[in-house]
Amino acid sequence: MNAIDVHGLVKRFGNKTVVDHVTMSVAEGEIVGFLGPNGSGKTTTIRIMCGLLTPDEGEGTVLGFNIRTDSLRIKREVGYMTQKFSFYEDLTIGENLEFVARLYRLKPVEEYVAGTLEDLGLTTRRNQLAGTLSGGWKQRLALAACIMHKPKLLLLDEPTAGVDPKARREFWDEIHRLASGGLTVLVSTHYMDEAERCHRISYISYGKMLATGTVAEVVKNAGLTTFVLQGPRLDQVAEALQGRPGVDQVAPFGATLHVVGSDKKKLEAALADVERVHKGVKVSPGETSLEDVFIQFMSGSKDNMA
Amino acid sequence: MNDVFSFARLGALLIKEFIQMRRDRITFAMMLGVPLIQLVLFGYAINNDPKSLPAALVATSNDPYTRAIVAALQTTGYYRFDHVAQSAADAEFLISRGDVAFVVTIPADFAKRVESGNNPQILIEADATDPAVASGAISTLGTVASQALLRAQGTQEAAAEAAKGQLDVVVHRRYNPEGISQYNIVPGLLGVILQMTMVMMTSIALTRETERGTMENLLAMPSSPLEIMLGKVLPYLAVGGVQVVVVLAAAKLLFAIPFTGSMSLLLTAVLIFVLALVLLGYSISTVARTQMQALQLTFFFFLPSIMLSGFMFPYRGMPDWAQTFGEIFPLTHFLRITRAVMLKGAELPAVAGEIGWLVVFVALFAGVALVRFRRTLD
Repeated sequence: MNAIDVHGLVKRFGNKTVVDHVTMSVAEGEIVGFLGPNGSGKTTTIRIMCGLLTPDEGEGTVLGFNIRTDSLRIKREVGYMTQKFSFYEDLTIGENLEFVARLYRLKPVEEYVAGTLEDLGLTTRRNQLAGTLSGGWKQRLALAACIMHKPKLLLLDEPTAGVDPKARREFWDEIHRLASGGLTVLVSTHYMDEAERCHRISYISYGKMLATGTVAEVVKNAGLTTFVLQGPRLDQVAEALQGRPGVDQVAPFGATLHVVGSDKKKLEAALADVERVHKGVKVSPGETSLEDVFIQFMSGSKDNMA
Repeated sequence: MNDVFSFARLGALLIKEFIQMRRDRITFAMMLGVPLIQLVLFGYAINNDPKSLPAALVATSNDPYTRAIVAALQTTGYYRFDHVAQSAADAEFLISRGDVAFVVTIPADFAKRVESGNNPQILIEADATDPAVASGAISTLGTVASQALLRAQGTQEAAAEAAKGQLDVVVHRRYNPEGISQYNIVPGLLGVILQMTMVMMTSIALTRETERGTMENLLAMPSSPLEIMLGKVLPYLAVGGVQVVVVLAAAKLLFAIPFTGSMSLLLTAVLIFVLALVLLGYSISTVARTQMQALQLTFFFFLPSIMLSGFMFPYRGMPDWAQTFGEIFPLTHFLRITRAVMLKGAELPAVAGEIGWLVVFVALFAGVALVRFRRTLD
């Protein structure tokens, strides 16, 4: 049985279709990255899965429970970490955890809370108001509160937004540790390095699911060709290449320029005179990155936020 | 360049402010519509010299003198005899319930005594819980009654003169003989204070969660709408309990308000009233999108309920449509109960109807809140 199995989900707000026939399945114990630009429908899809929103169309199960009729049971078995810190800032860390423990009827409350504080390393700051924590600590507290009731599925909505790299690293280590214990994780993110730490990724753009698979599969299926240009005055080269047939993306990466196109022949033709015209510039075949693929997806789909 | 003041910068601030004002539809409607509604409503409804007050007549004989007195009282415009009481006990019940403001008793031997010049008397009992209501009507009594007799006796001038001197109009200002206005105000304040705090506190209950972003988390965790409602409402019920104790103690100690009725009956009514208020506040909370809107809706509700409930101005002084409108406020019914129980010593049968109204409000508001509660973020 898959932890998540939803198909044909549609959600409209007014005349805007925010989620457009999204189908998704996540196997047990898998970490799936949910990617897409801002406003692409990631949060809405996650909210449908945890019973916070009812889909206009589509069916599905989460942990075997129907998302339309069994939302209360889903809520008991799922841990959902919201994008914005949504615990009580005017309660202390300890009080927040006690509140959650009681809501899930975890007994004895004190044992759960003390254990969670211990794991977090926050035992000495138990009486500190949650609102006074830094972004990274708030995120850790939120995660700890979400997994206190030992959910079978964890839904994380951009959990690492605004968190420093070290805290992000530790967060992901924790996610992998949890997954090895059998927990299924669906995590939405903007960060490419985080996507690469997932077993599989799903890319959604403006409500439509565009690609699904391992990172390698997604990159391969995108069928993009990339050339890397090195040399002096690359800004002039970039300007010259912009808009040429076959050139879809021109993006500076440090001291190099990535030129990406979906048609290999046209791209080669477009780059044919570069080494001759721009003295000292060297063109070599490069590896298409996940980011290149995503930029390609984004420019190819219509923005429905406008 | 001017560091202190620039029209361009002021302009930027003004434009921004007007845009925000226009965006918030409820606020905008409140600013424009509310003054107009309230002006018209209160302007027409409020009257400090209430006329056409309901009165009960206790009269066993139907002689010309009795009819003349009744007709004369009605002509003053203050009295409206729409109740005929069969007995004194009947009349007592009517006045303690607040169904009538006056009981006019004309004894069976009234005609005989007038004709024989043997000290004829009529008794007028006024409900003086609100001294302002009764004063106008009482002030006209003396002359009106004797002139009525004069007319009834027509040509028999000598007899009339004798009777005029002898007619004794006995006025009883019931419940508040000294006409102390605190007796009326303080029990009313109990209701107003409770309404003020209870509705306001609970009206921001849910919007605060939504605004702080904690609602999403609360909904994602296993808690039912009923649990959330009770969880929000019950703490304020306790706060209300404390307020009741404070106000009642102050009524007793500071204002020496007579406390004639049953404490347990009053407390029962208070409990139901507070429950209705917190549920009303919670219902507002399910409708409003922001704390600001919730507070505005609360005030939109406050003003008419204070003006039209009989707290600030005599209920009886309002035109019929305004009296009917006043019935939709729990405060109106609560005021009748507290005044009846505290000042008149009314028992359960006299206030059962009003308590029933409060129970209806509780059920209504709880129903609205549960239906309106958004279990999801849809």
